Amino acid sequence: MNYFPDEVLEHVFDFITSHKDRNSVSLVCKSWYKIERYSRQRVFIGNCYSISPERLIARFPGLKSLTLKGKPHFADFNLVPHDWGGFVYPWIKALAKSRIGLEELRLKRMVVSDESLELLSKSFVNFKSLVLVSCEGFTTDGLAAIAANCRFLRELDLQENEVDDHRGHWLSCFPESCTSLISLNFACLRGEVNLGALERLVSRSPNLKSLRLNRAVPLDTLQKLLMRAPQLVDLGIGSYVHDPFSEVYNKLKIAIQRCKSIRSLSGFLEVAPHCMSAIYPICGNLTFLNLSYAPGLHGNKLMKLIQHCRKLQRLWILDCIGDKGLGVVALTCKELQELRVFPSDPFGAGNAAVTEEGLVLVSAGCPKLNSLLYFCQQMTNAALITVAKNCPNFIRFRLCILDPIKPDPVTNQPLDEGFGAIVQSCKGLKRLSLSGLLTDQVFLYIGMYAEQLEMLSIAFAADSDKGMLYVLNGCKKLRKLEIRDCPFGDAALLEDVGKYETMRSLWMSSCEVTLGGCKSVAEKMPSLNVEIIDECEQMEFNLDDKQKVDKMYLYRTLVGHRKDAPEYVSIL
Amino acid sequence: MEVGVKMGMKGGGDEVGGKEKEKMGYEETELRLGLPGDGEVVRKRDFSHTVDLKLNLISTSPTDGKDKNIVPPHLDPATPPPAKAQVVGWPPVRSFRKNMLATQKSSASEDSGEKAAFVKVSMDGAPYLRKVDLRMYKTYQQLSDALAKMFSSFTIGNCGSQGLLKDFMNESKLMDLLNGSDYVPTYEDKDGDWMLVGDVPWEYASLYLIISSTTLTALLLLNFQSFFPNQKNSFNDRMMFIESCKRLRIMKGTEAIGL
Repeated sequence: MNYFPDEVLEHVFDFITSHKDRNSVSLVCKSWYKIERYSRQRVFIGNCYSISPERLIARFPGLKSLTLKGKPHFADFNLVPHDWGGFVYPWIKALAKSRIGLEELRLKRMVVSDESLELLSKSFVNFKSLVLVSCEGFTTDGLAAIAANCRFLRELDLQENEVDDHRGHWLSCFPESCTSLISLNFACLRGEVNLGALERLVSRSPNLKSLRLNRAVPLDTLQKLLMRAPQLVDLGIGSYVHDPFSEVYNKLKIAIQRCKSIRSLSGFLEVAPHCMSAIYPICGNLTFLNLSYAPGLHGNKLMKLIQHCRKLQRLWILDCIGDKGLGVVALTCKELQELRVFPSDPFGAGNAAVTEEGLVLVSAGCPKLNSLLYFCQQMTNAALITVAKNCPNFIRFRLCILDPIKPDPVTNQPLDEGFGAIVQSCKGLKRLSLSGLLTDQVFLYIGMYAEQLEMLSIAFAADSDKGMLYVLNGCKKLRKLEIRDCPFGDAALLEDVGKYETMRSLWMSSCEVTLGGCKSVAEKMPSLNVEIIDECEQMEFNLDDKQKVDKMYLYRTLVGHRKDAPEYVSIL
Repeated sequence: MEVGVKMGMKGGGDEVGGKEKEKMGYEETELRLGLPGDGEVVRKRDFSHTVDLKLNLISTSPTDGKDKNIVPPHLDPATPPPAKAQVVGWPPVRSFRKNMLATQKSSASEDSGEKAAFVKVSMDGAPYLRKVDLRMYKTYQQLSDALAKMFSSFTIGNCGSQGLLKDFMNESKLMDLLNGSDYVPTYEDKDGDWMLVGDVPWEYASLYLIISSTTLTALLLLNFQSFFPNQKNSFNDRMMFIESCKRLRIMKGTEAIGL
């Protein structure tokens, strides 16, 4: 292997793009490690506390694109206090000081301050792409800095962030010389935007392919934007409210018909459902349709729209589509690979409008289905068994029954057999989320059959430690395990502490693990950070090892205890 | 400024401690002077607080640790399920999504009935624009008459403040307060046009209040309620989303030739 000069190997490595493969390549020998690290441009860090920015910079001097994830997944559901951590500032500061020519930064569940954004915007001449997903801590002032200072910006993609909207003129901060935008997504912003500035920006961005607007962009502006950007591939509509007899609506129809390249459609954050016919001309080419933020669209109007979307591969929808609507999906969308059905009443007080029937219909009609997120009223073992038979290709299967411990309503049995069928049939299953009444049995099945499983989410399930043990022993490729409200205790936690070093992280909340058990893990495994999150500050007054721990988050790390943890987090 | 409604939760939630704002009725009694966008940010925190409640409910089986965070399972399909309490983090929906849907719901539920069709009216040479609700008029003649009234002081060359105010506002109170001064409250809307304050009902407007004298500013801020006697119950009125509609423009006759 060392017969080739370095340049040749480097050239070969250029073709190896997946992070996993590049990681493997670097482990072959010292020489390959060296060549690989100098040629690496893209790095993915799944847990920002597993490594430090200094070490990253030292190893990969050619870094151009960095992806960072911060808070644990359950932070999405308010289980992690706001100031727990995940700050991006130290990373940007370190990168700015170095010679790294950063071009792309993708962050998920991190705390991003305006200061960070400003520093970012001023430190990297060739910065091109900023993607923020589920982040918080910044305002539109930070966006203004990005707009103003990043001369070659191609992508500004904001997905589901909590942004303090100062209703400023951040859009106006893009200089007239900025003509390089390819992707602009500000759908999550709540405030007004300068519509004139938006129109001018789109006019001077001939490469714009993706544009997702927020609710404050009215229909007449949309029409003007579409006239200026008929080359769009991905469109997110903000407000879609108008009078069907108005001139604006007619102009919109013409504008939409010119947009022959649109393959992805989302938004409708505000919608007048009687005017959807203008959209029909582009439906036939859509591969992705996201109506999960369009509660105003339901019933027959929704079904009619879907009936036009014969090429759909991904559909994100609210449960007001109903089982009947899912039947329409099953008949129409034969290419469907991914389905996400979100609850239209996310506080769970009402009833979800979909049941196991809708899922069975889709599984029967859409044989290519491989990714599912399904919030429903109820589920039966029979339905799950049928789904498993119809769709053996699931990679992601996430089921959420709104009543988390609801049994099969027909048989009153737990859903062990149903989920067992899923893991047995879907040999490529990588991600699984369970709900409903479940005993240790389902975990036996998971341990036995889910050989490719990488991420498992468990809530209100199992009878004893055995459940957790089945999983830890059986799932060799497990990387992330998150558990809440299950009767798993120290015995399960301590059975094989070495396992946790092979995983990215373990989350356990409202389980039976004790402070003593957690301390034991920390002692045996110095390569793990074992964090106890104790908001009620019970630990301060009662340091008894037998005390049950409310929230524990442990993860492997190369850099020891983090220094930025708030007071209520103890790292053992 | 906010006034929250504190209401006790069923099932002894009072002992939990901490503040809670029941979703029910809160929006209607909310008092705010800020822009509508601010209100939505405030709302987000309230819902988060609601969801963050940890309720100590009485479990049917005390030995079953599983039940400590939720109501007992409801296995009888015949009777409707009991009112569910909020469980922290369940259903597992991202806070952003929850907040967004909640915001959309509240503005939709309060928007029962038809929307008003407010349209800007500009008149060449007039210092500011007006807004009319087209739905108020059944015929073109009615609309025309209303517009004539609105802009009559301009056409007959009477730009004196008293004449203006009488026609425009029909509010003698405003006149008194202004003491015949030359100042008129206007605001700049999102398109950059200067609009006369008051055409659009209070809760419909997104305003920047820009007023020429500081005294008037203070007075107006304190006494806004009195300018709009019909709006006494404005905070209980339906909230509506403001539309930037097509405009009306009153042109000089000579310019209109050839249109």
